[in-house]
Amino acid sequence: MSRHSTGWREVSRAAPVFAALGDETRLALVARLSSDGPLSITRLTAGSAVTRQAITKHLNVLATAGLVSDIRRGRERIWELEPEQMETARTYLEHVSKRWDRALDRLKQLVEE
Amino acid sequence: MKLHNATDRIEKEIVLRAPRSRVWRALANADEFGAWFGMKLEGAFAPGGRVHGQITMPDHGPVTIEIAIERMDPETRMSYRWHPYAVESGVDYSSEPTTLVEFQLEEVAEGTRLRVVESGFDRIPLARRAEALRMNDAGWAEELENIARYVEA
Repeated sequence: MSRHSTGWREVSRAAPVFAALGDETRLALVARLSSDGPLSITRLTAGSAVTRQAITKHLNVLATAGLVSDIRRGRERIWELEPEQMETARTYLEHVSKRWDRALDRLKQLVEE
Repeated sequence: MKLHNATDRIEKEIVLRAPRSRVWRALANADEFGAWFGMKLEGAFAPGGRVHGQITMPDHGPVTIEIAIERMDPETRMSYRWHPYAVESGVDYSSEPTTLVEFQLEEVAEGTRLRVVESGFDRIPLARRAEALRMNDAGWAEELENIARYVEA
């Protein structure tokens, strides 16, 4: 089982935003918004094998999680990252991760005794 | 940094010096599960069944947890869904998204390798996650102190 030190915590904070997502399409969207954003849905879809509809769905998942937000500009929606929210999401996951570490330590004691 | 430190899922792997049958019992028996996870459970785990439990956190009242078992393949895998952020007593979380917890057991030379994956966090409203952090602030601070001691030792 991995033991994360405070050093890991700092590394985690400094890690690029694109490391923060599991799904490949959403990961790519966050990476894109991180480097080129804010972007319209048209620009996010351009050159992608994924349909506009699918991209919109992924953006909505990210928006529900509070990781991105959109504003309407003219006839288009413009999407951008919410860096503070990304930080909350990461901190939350670290917290849940530690809880599992502690629980699995107790499981180890129980089954090995 | 590995991708599984993503915001959507947690993956853990641990090798336990115990036979697969022993590890399975610690997972599949609700009393044993509750003992190491740190909650009091009522009833028995069965595929498709729901078991309720209570977690008591310092400075807060008891919080009710519902575990909805999905799969139980003896000594191989077990999965369930729950609301990992259900931290406030008296709040009904039943209509909100759940995360999926999956356990996988594998026999290895030293005993049993257990893999735990909890996924689906990206579908949980961020406000809920922030709230869970606030509620657990004290515990988290204590955890950091422990880590600091561990690193400095």
